[in-house]
Amino acid sequence: MGADFVQLSLTPILIGVLAAIACALPGNFLILRRQALIGDAISHVVLPGIVVAFLVTGSLASLPMLLGAAGASLIAVLLIETIRRLGRIEPGAAMGVVFTAMFAGGVLLLEQSDTSGVHLDVEHALMGNLESLIWFDATGWSSLLDPVALASLPPELPRIALVAALITVLMLVFWRPLKLSTFDEGFAATLGLPVRLIGLALVAASAVAAVAAFDAVGSIIVIAMFICPPATARLMTERLEHQVAWSTGFAALSAVLGYVLAGYGPLWLGSAHAVSAAGMIATVSGLMLAAACLAAPHRRRIGQPSA
Amino acid sequence: MQARDRIELVADREAEAEARAEAARAAMALRAITVSYGESPAVFSVDATFPRDSLIAIVGPNGAGKSTLLKAALGIVPRLSGTVTVFGAPLERARARVAYVPQRASVDWDFPTRVIDVVLMGLYRELGLLGFVRASHRERALACLARVGMTDFADRQIGQLSGGQQQRVFLARALAQDADLYLLDEPFAGVDAATEKAIIDVLKALKAEARTVVCVHHDLATVTAYFDRVLLINTRRIAEGPVATAFTAENLQATYGGRLASAHIDQLRLSEQG
Repeated sequence: MGADFVQLSLTPILIGVLAAIACALPGNFLILRRQALIGDAISHVVLPGIVVAFLVTGSLASLPMLLGAAGASLIAVLLIETIRRLGRIEPGAAMGVVFTAMFAGGVLLLEQSDTSGVHLDVEHALMGNLESLIWFDATGWSSLLDPVALASLPPELPRIALVAALITVLMLVFWRPLKLSTFDEGFAATLGLPVRLIGLALVAASAVAAVAAFDAVGSIIVIAMFICPPATARLMTERLEHQVAWSTGFAALSAVLGYVLAGYGPLWLGSAHAVSAAGMIATVSGLMLAAACLAAPHRRRIGQPSA
Repeated sequence: MQARDRIELVADREAEAEARAEAARAAMALRAITVSYGESPAVFSVDATFPRDSLIAIVGPNGAGKSTLLKAALGIVPRLSGTVTVFGAPLERARARVAYVPQRASVDWDFPTRVIDVVLMGLYRELGLLGFVRASHRERALACLARVGMTDFADRQIGQLSGGQQQRVFLARALAQDADLYLLDEPFAGVDAATEKAIIDVLKALKAEARTVVCVHHDLATVTAYFDRVLLINTRRIAEGPVATAFTAENLQATYGGRLASAHIDQLRLSEQG
């Protein structure tokens, strides 16, 4: 655990942990609001946004990518609302139509356009490239104090750190109205709280988390982190405050464990090739949820009608 | 202009002024409230006046727009038309004086929170965004739980409560708001007899404290015993007034049409004759 670790593994692990936490925090509220699929939807619709941004600018620089992703999320949210209202169908169905159609459109665009020369493909969109986010200039732990080495950190790290910090601060400041309007929207409205705005802000924060995480770790991990850690945490406690804390822990744990297992697990099993870290992180989070379903202290209420 | 028309005009103006003055005196006045979820209106041009210090039932068949009227009055669902006056002021300026108890089934009782936390939600206006929950806040929340007989359940997760207990917790949250006007949506729906007694005792105590209580109510048999005024609606307003004069067999027939079991109307007719 020395120079090699800092150079090759430290930054991917940190990015994975921060991406997982940034998605898990809003995921707690999305699940309680029966909107868990929003994370899924956003992570799919960013694909056409990114492809269009690439076709327009011809570069893979992060700013156009992020703008493309943000634009696509916005269009998707508007489309979902429109379809839901005009078609008078339930939000889940409207979401399903929009995100599958947009993702499929993104795949078509990707295959029809000349993007073969660059690192932009469907696999990348799903899996991200966590393993490649290494810190070239690091020579050991001392590099953490070396400004020159720090300057060469992969840009995904400060970006996802900023997003994770932003989401944490917003959630802490607006905790009370967020909890109140999630539990009882009608009552919250009679207190004069802007319940629609709160709902939109939550979706917007989730979109920011999904876009930032998608860039680094792909959409599989985003979908998994919105749902698995909060759902696992729900089974551990009966208080929202504790649930959010548990979910942060589960998110971080699945990122670390998933990364290590992806890198070394196959070697331990005698295989020569490592597997995708993003895929393994998502798998670990799913296994944690499965374990919690079997053994967690508050699992009894799942599917049980309330009295 | 002929003299007679002029007299009518003056009379109209006087009636208008009188209506405005009445609205200002009332705890809540609704004028021409119309709400529509789809093609046809759920509530159509309903006027209602809830005088201060009274216990009022909103009665009507299923789907008559009782809950919708309450939600529209509170701005929870958008109105197509109409005005709402609360203690003579627009709702936005009087929110602190109004407490709302939604239908029990409108929230997810599996939500990870405790009874005491739900009651503390009633203190949101005082606590604000980041206010610290002090011992005094907790004591007030506990006192509200005591009023509905739920002190022992303060630290329970809300999913562990029975329907009646959940309803009492909702009432305790409204009590914590210390409001002057209480609007309750079906507070007696699906609760046990003990809870029904506990709730009506609290509501009558609120009235004795010179507060106003409005309940969406479905049980015709208890209207006379529980309430002093009634608003009968079926999309439109059918009748409004003191129970003695408005809660009549004729008005009920007009409200429920042929759907009402006639036994209750017969009983009312008998008592009206007797």
